[in-house]
Amino acid sequence: MTRAPAGLARYTTAGQPGPVPGRPAAPPGLPRLLPVVPSGQPTSLAAHLTRYGPRAAGLTERSRAGLLREVQESGLTGRGGAAFPAFVKLSTVADGRDPVVIANGTEGEPASAKDKVILTTGPHLVLDGAVLAAELTGARQVIVVAHRNAVAAVSAAAAERGRPGRGRVRITVRAAAEGFVAGEARAVVNWLEHGRPVPTPAYPRIFERGLGGAPTLLHNVETLAHLALIGRYGAAWFRSAGTPAEPGSMLVTVIGAVREPSVLEIGLGTPVRDILALAGGPAGPLQAVLLGGYFGSWARAEEVAGQPFSAAGLAGAGAAPGAGLIAALPADACGLAETARVVRYLADSSAGQCGPCLFGLDAVAGQVEQLARGGPDGLPLLRRWLGQVERRGACAHPDGAVRLVRSALRVFAAELDQHNRGWCCGTRPDPVLPVQPRRDR
Amino acid sequence: MTAGSGRSRHPGRPVLRVDPIACAGRGLCAELLPELITLDDWGFPMVADRGVPPHLAADARATVKACPLLALGLDRGPRAT
Repeated sequence: MTRAPAGLARYTTAGQPGPVPGRPAAPPGLPRLLPVVPSGQPTSLAAHLTRYGPRAAGLTERSRAGLLREVQESGLTGRGGAAFPAFVKLSTVADGRDPVVIANGTEGEPASAKDKVILTTGPHLVLDGAVLAAELTGARQVIVVAHRNAVAAVSAAAAERGRPGRGRVRITVRAAAEGFVAGEARAVVNWLEHGRPVPTPAYPRIFERGLGGAPTLLHNVETLAHLALIGRYGAAWFRSAGTPAEPGSMLVTVIGAVREPSVLEIGLGTPVRDILALAGGPAGPLQAVLLGGYFGSWARAEEVAGQPFSAAGLAGAGAAPGAGLIAALPADACGLAETARVVRYLADSSAGQCGPCLFGLDAVAGQVEQLARGGPDGLPLLRRWLGQVERRGACAHPDGAVRLVRSALRVFAAELDQHNRGWCCGTRPDPVLPVQPRRDR
Repeated sequence: MTAGSGRSRHPGRPVLRVDPIACAGRGLCAELLPELITLDDWGFPMVADRGVPPHLAADARATVKACPLLALGLDRGPRAT
């Protein structure tokens, strides 16, 4: 009897429903995107094909329509933070002339690692998904914009696939710009086109006129990896993980006070407590978690521990899965000081193009820093400025910072009161949330 | 109060829209059309959500023309977003 190679054992199809005719057998369970046994190495094309089976070669008009329907039925949403339905983007661009596809792996947020992980461990999944998106929309060109730490892995994977045949999709790999706002969709297009990684005016929308004036389909790299598997195994398989309203799996980055900070793949709707347990469990008592990302929301640890990690499950706490960040704040850290440092970083990350973002976020950051230091009560002024900054930029950068601060004022209300009386419970010397040093502008 | 969402609580009314990238906070618009435009604490225009009522339509058009940076626009119709 031959033993299955280590790591592939979980993917035997014994006892599983038979394969759909014309489709490779779907591997059961999770992880779907991440390696079963992490090796730290990119999955080779051969290993990728062994695990997932071949990609359907070439699409006919009919299979294209069927596959678009499949994407719609899958309920796949964007995994870059906004959770916009992937099908809507795809079908909008598919109506345009000579579109291009951009796989966005910029991941400028210092706390998040899941895009770097999928790009470096499973680059062929991202490439398969991007090529499929191109075939679905009639695009001839795919540009993968990869974080600098992932460029080598993605370039090697693209080279491994050989030169495209006549009339096939051409893959280009480009290094992403650095900085928090560089990953914003229009900033990515602007970076590729003009070397300026800052957002452009909201109109025209990039799906109408984006890169070089072409209708542009820009998806997060994880979204495309899911798309690659929907193309192979179909909508019903995709929906066998997650919740009926928010189907599928999702990559999450768990950092902070957990024993094994890591990137994990979870079914949407997995309770927050279980996700923390997958990351080794809390490394001590927790007071709060930051959910979604630096544009996300704080929530009391005990309030969300039992809640499903999904938009529906977190809405009650004013949070959302966003880009999949879960940062655990230990009881001995100061949530206001953590927020102040992140808001200062966000203010420094402003592209500096819009007045309310450039001046307003700086003022907001100063005010939060004052609250963190326990200065005079600046809350009324802070609230006034939050209202004046919200929805006043060309992109959503100021809105994200406003959301973070509002959630901090809500969740750390008791600490605010303590700070006003000149007392802080934070005794921990080292910061929890990572930020990058200020760039020179 | 919004800079450029183009949303109006009065569908059908034209909506003033600021391009926040082009705007440098010269402030002319708030002087010319204080009924609909106020300045934030840093001198950048905030446009009223309620759209442009008919009796201010001519003033709004003149204000749009007066912006030295062409950062102010008037969106016709229900919603441009």
